[in-house]
Amino acid sequence: MVVAVVLVLIVVGSVAFHFLSPWWWTPIASNWGYIDNTIIITFWITGAVFTAVVLFVAYCVWRFRHKEGQKADYEPENRRLENWLMGLTAVGVAAMLIPGLFVWGQFITVPADATEAEVMGAQWQWSYRLPGADGKLGLSDTRLVAADNPYGIKPDDPNGHDDVLIEADYLHLPVDKPVKMLLRSVDTLHDFYVAEFRSKMDMIPGAVTYFWFTPTRTGQFEVLCAELCGTGHPYMRGGVVVDTQADYDAWLASQQTYAQLYAPEVLKTADIN
Amino acid sequence: MVDATHGPDAHAAEFPDAELYHPKSWWTRYVFSQDAKVIAIQYASTALAIGMLALVLSWLMRMQLAFPGFLSFIDAAAYYQFITMHGMIMVIYLITALFLGGFGNYLIPLMLGARDMVFPYVNMLSYWTYLLAVLVLVVSWFTPGGPTGAGWTLYPPQAILSNTPGQESGIVLMLVSLILFVIGFTMGGLNYIVTVLQGRTRGMTLMRMPLTVWGIFIATVMAMLAFPALFVACVMMLFDKLLGTSFFMPALVEMGEILPHDGGSPILFQHLFWFFGHPEVYIVALPAFGIVSDLISTHARKNIFGYRMMVWAIVIIGALSFVVWAHHMYVSGMNPYFGFFFAVTTLIIAVPTAIKVYNWVLTLWRGDIHLNPPMLFALAFIVTFVNGGLTGLFLGNVVVDVPLSDTMFVVAHFHMVMGVAPILVIFGAIYHWYPKITGRMLDNTLAHLHFWVTFLGAYLIFFPMHYLGIMGVPRRYFESGDISFQPPSAHDLNIFITVMALIVGAAQLAFVFNLVWSIRHGKPSGGNPWRATTLEWQTPETPPVHGNFGRELPVVYRWAYDYSVPGAAEDFIPQNQPGPNPPHDEAPRKRKAAKS
Repeated sequence: MVVAVVLVLIVVGSVAFHFLSPWWWTPIASNWGYIDNTIIITFWITGAVFTAVVLFVAYCVWRFRHKEGQKADYEPENRRLENWLMGLTAVGVAAMLIPGLFVWGQFITVPADATEAEVMGAQWQWSYRLPGADGKLGLSDTRLVAADNPYGIKPDDPNGHDDVLIEADYLHLPVDKPVKMLLRSVDTLHDFYVAEFRSKMDMIPGAVTYFWFTPTRTGQFEVLCAELCGTGHPYMRGGVVVDTQADYDAWLASQQTYAQLYAPEVLKTADIN
Repeated sequence: MVDATHGPDAHAAEFPDAELYHPKSWWTRYVFSQDAKVIAIQYASTALAIGMLALVLSWLMRMQLAFPGFLSFIDAAAYYQFITMHGMIMVIYLITALFLGGFGNYLIPLMLGARDMVFPYVNMLSYWTYLLAVLVLVVSWFTPGGPTGAGWTLYPPQAILSNTPGQESGIVLMLVSLILFVIGFTMGGLNYIVTVLQGRTRGMTLMRMPLTVWGIFIATVMAMLAFPALFVACVMMLFDKLLGTSFFMPALVEMGEILPHDGGSPILFQHLFWFFGHPEVYIVALPAFGIVSDLISTHARKNIFGYRMMVWAIVIIGALSFVVWAHHMYVSGMNPYFGFFFAVTTLIIAVPTAIKVYNWVLTLWRGDIHLNPPMLFALAFIVTFVNGGLTGLFLGNVVVDVPLSDTMFVVAHFHMVMGVAPILVIFGAIYHWYPKITGRMLDNTLAHLHFWVTFLGAYLIFFPMHYLGIMGVPRRYFESGDISFQPPSAHDLNIFITVMALIVGAAQLAFVFNLVWSIRHGKPSGGNPWRATTLEWQTPETPPVHGNFGRELPVVYRWAYDYSVPGAAEDFIPQNQPGPNPPHDEAPRKRKAAKS
C-alpha cells in the first residue's frame, strides 16, 4: 500500500514540480525558438509516458500485491499486445524525431546573407575578430601566434589586414542580422555558449567550427565556456552585446584593425617573404 | 560415448571430476583462488571498497557546490580531480567490475549448471589484473600533482596540458590503469563468453537461459568489441604525453609557447572514446536489465512477460549501441551531417528499450507481488530507469541536445539512467543472492531503511537537477554562483541537493553494516528462500561448494520462468524438474528430435 502511494506521489510531485518550479529556461534572444518548441513537444510525450508507466506500476502493486491464497496468472507472451506497444512507441519516437531533424536541418544551413564573426578561445579568455570592410577574414594559423600577432593571422594574406580585432570581453552584434560564428582555439577545447541564444559549439585547436543564429532582441548576454578546459574553466566568461544597427555602427567605428594594431612590424616581415 | 550422451549423468561421464582443479591450501582456496565464486566475491569486494571512495568524493564535490569555501582544502584543481575520479571509478571500476566480474562470475556457472568457468586460471589472473588496475589508480593520489583532473572523458589536448591537475603523473597512471583494466577484463570476458557458449549443462538451450545470463553475456560480447577502442586511445595518448607523438595533439600554444606537436586531431580521441563509451553505457545497463527481469519474475511469482522479445531486445540494443556513439559529440564540431544519422539510430534504440520496460510492468500485471527488498529495488529501478531513459530522448534528438549538452541536464540524465538505476539493481541483486552466497538473510528492517532513503533521496537529488540544466547552468563548474541568468533560488536548490546527497550517502553505511553483520548474525536462509526456479537455487549445499553441484550436474527440462503454472502443486517449478513443458518452449521439440 505504502509503495503504491509513494509511486503515485512521485508522479504527482514530478508533474507539479515541472509546472511550479521557478527554474526554467532563460528568455530566448535568438531565432531558435524552434528548439524550445521541440523541447516542449518532447516534454509532453515523455511526461505522458512516465506518468502512464509509473501509475500502471502503482496500480499493479496495489491490486496484485501478495495476499494469502493468491495465485499469479500464467501468460508467457502476447504478441498482439507487444506489437501494438512497439507500434505506438515508434509513433511517439517519430513525433519527436521528425521535428527535431527538421530543425537540425535549419540549424546547420547557414543563410547566404549571414555575416561572419570569429571567436577565438584561449585559456581562459575570449577574443573576437570581424572581417572588416572586405567582408573576408584573413587566414590564420596557431603556429603564428606571438606577442605581436595574438590571433595568428597570416601576415601575407591581404584579406586579414582590415580584420577588426576585439581584444575585449564583449562582442557586439547587430540585432535581427543572421551571423555565422566561426570558432577556433589556440590551446585546448572550449565551447562558446550563450544560454539565451540556445546554441553552442565546441572549439577545437587546429580546426574552425561554426554555428549560426539571428539575435532577436537587444541586450547584454553572458558568454560561458561549456567544455572543460582546465582549472580556469568556470571563470572563462565573456559577453555579447546585441545592439540596434545605429549603436552597432558607432561601436564598430571605434574598433581597430589588424593593420592599425600590429601592422608596422608584421607587414615588414610580409614584404621580405 | 554414444550411450553416455543420453543418460541424466551424461556430463559426469563426459567430464570426470578429476578434471576440475581442486585447491590444496588456504592460499589457493581463498586468495589465489580459481573458483569463480571466490573470484566473484573478490571482484565485488574490491569494487565496493573503491566505490566507497567514489561516494566520499561525491560528498566533497557537492559540499563545494553548495557551500563554496566551507572545506578550504577544495580548490579548483582538487574539485576537478574529485569529479574525474568519481566518474571513472563509478563507471569502470565499480559498476562494470561489479556486474561482470562480480555477478558474472558468481551467476554464469551456477545458472547454467556448470562446475566453474571454462578457464579458471585465466579467470584468477583477470581479478588480480583488475586489482592491480585499481591500485595504480589509488597510487595516483599519492604522486606529485595528484590524480588527473581532466574529467572522466579525458579529452585531449587538455588532459595532458599543464593547466590541468595531475598533468605531472596522474594522467599517465590513469591511462596505465585503464590499459590494465582492459587487459584484465579481456581475460575475464573471454571466460564468460566461452562458458555461456560451451559450458551449459544438458538441456540448457540458449533460449532457456535466465535473462540475467543473457544480459551479462551480451554485455560481455559488447565489452570485447568496445574496450579495444579505449585501449588504443589510452596507448595513443600515452605516446603523445611521453614520446611526443601527435595523435591527438594539433599545433597549439601553451603558456605563450608553441608546443612541438603538430597535425593531430583532438576529435579522433573523442570518436575512439565514445566508440567505447556508448557501448559502455549498455555494458552497464544490459546486466541490470537481465537481473531486474529475474528479480521481478521471481518476486511477482509470474513468468517474465515476452521472454523471446526480451532476449531479442537485449541483442538488438547491444548491436545498435555500436552505431550511436557520436550522439555524445553533437556539439563537438564534427561534421554536422553526422547529426542526422546518429539522432535516428539513437532514437531507434528507444523502441527495444521501451519494449523491455513494457514487459517488466506487464510481468507485474496479475502477478502475486511479494514486496521483498529485491522487488522494492526492482520497482525503484523501473521508476528511475524510465525517468532517465526518457530524458535521453531529449539529448539524443540532435537539435534538442544543442542547448542542453554540457549542462546539468546531462549530469542529471546520466546519473539517473546509468548511475542510480543500475545501482538500485545491484542493491536488489545483492539482497536477492546474498542468501545463496552466505546462507543467511540480510536484515529486513535495515534493508527497508536503506531502500527508502536511497530511492527517494536519489530521485530528489537528480530530478530537480534537470531543471538547472534547462536553465542553462553548465556542468563541471567549480563555482556557479555568479552566472548572470541564475536566480538566487538556484543556490537553494544546490544546497537541497547537497543535503540529500549527504543523507543518501550515509544510508549506504546501513547497507555495508548489514552486509557485514548478517554474515554471522543473519537468519539462516536455507537453499532456496525465494522459491526460485533457476539452477543456482537448486545446489545441494548453500553456500555452494567448489564444483557447485555435487557429483551429478543438473539436467534442465524447462525455461527459467515456470512460476504459477496452472495445475502445478507449487507456484514454481525448478528448471531441473522433469515434467510437461509449456507450449511456447522450443526446446522439447529439439530434444525429441535428438531422441528419435
